[in-house]
Amino acid sequence: MEQIIFFFVAFLALASGFYFVFARNAIYSILSLIVTFFSIAALYILLNAQFLGIVQIIVYAGAIMVLFLYILMMLNLNKEDESKKKNLPKFIGVFSAGLLLVGILGAFKGLNQKTFAGNIDSSVGLTKNLGRLLFNEYVLPFELASILILAGIVGAVLIGKKDL
Amino acid sequence: MGEVNTFIQAVPLEYFIILSSVLFSLGVLGVLIRKNAIIILGCVELMLNSVNLLLAAFSSYKGDGNGQILVFFIMVVAAAEVAVGLAIIAMLYRNTKSVDISIFNKLRG
Repeated sequence: MEQIIFFFVAFLALASGFYFVFARNAIYSILSLIVTFFSIAALYILLNAQFLGIVQIIVYAGAIMVLFLYILMMLNLNKEDESKKKNLPKFIGVFSAGLLLVGILGAFKGLNQKTFAGNIDSSVGLTKNLGRLLFNEYVLPFELASILILAGIVGAVLIGKKDL
Repeated sequence: MGEVNTFIQAVPLEYFIILSSVLFSLGVLGVLIRKNAIIILGCVELMLNSVNLLLAAFSSYKGDGNGQILVFFIMVVAAAEVAVGLAIIAMLYRNTKSVDISIFNKLRG
């Protein structure tokens, strides 16, 4: 039963990912990327990482993708705006991406599954436990992340100004 | 506490590794063959997400929360990166009326 759910969600993620890469229309492309992000959020929930699942839905599928769609609709691109690429660079791209996939899978082939067996306490991903970890051990990186976000916002406003 | 997730028991870790490897390669493929700058930025997001999924899977199978904290920080950095990247793309569009990366090969105004 669990495997059926996993295969369904994984198929959804892969199918929308393929459509994202190969779709001609940019808006449909970004919309199918949202489906991919939602299925990754479902996988987080299935892994008992509730906090990450909620953050994925709010930050990625909500905020970041709305930003993408907003920019895409603001720029008002035509359908034939994307110039045709020749076949040789496309073939080289597909070939090297496939080579990378084979390399990654080969690198993971020697993984020892025994290390991850047994009864695992799966309550680490709950918000309570992660919050305790975040505000005890990782409180300095957390504050630095807030400064990074502030710098990012100021930078985006500066770059987007009309007369730089 | 101490409950055991039946999903982790039933689905081996290899499935997550294969899924996130394929998603990562898909992101690389998109960066290599697409020409729209916004789609390329989305492909980078897809790569970040596949790595996040792998980190969360390892963290859950190991029962260690540190990996999920790392995923959280990756999401924070990705949000900042998208804000700046989309601002740059909007700026390029204002100057050249296009987001096709094949005409951005000269970094002149």
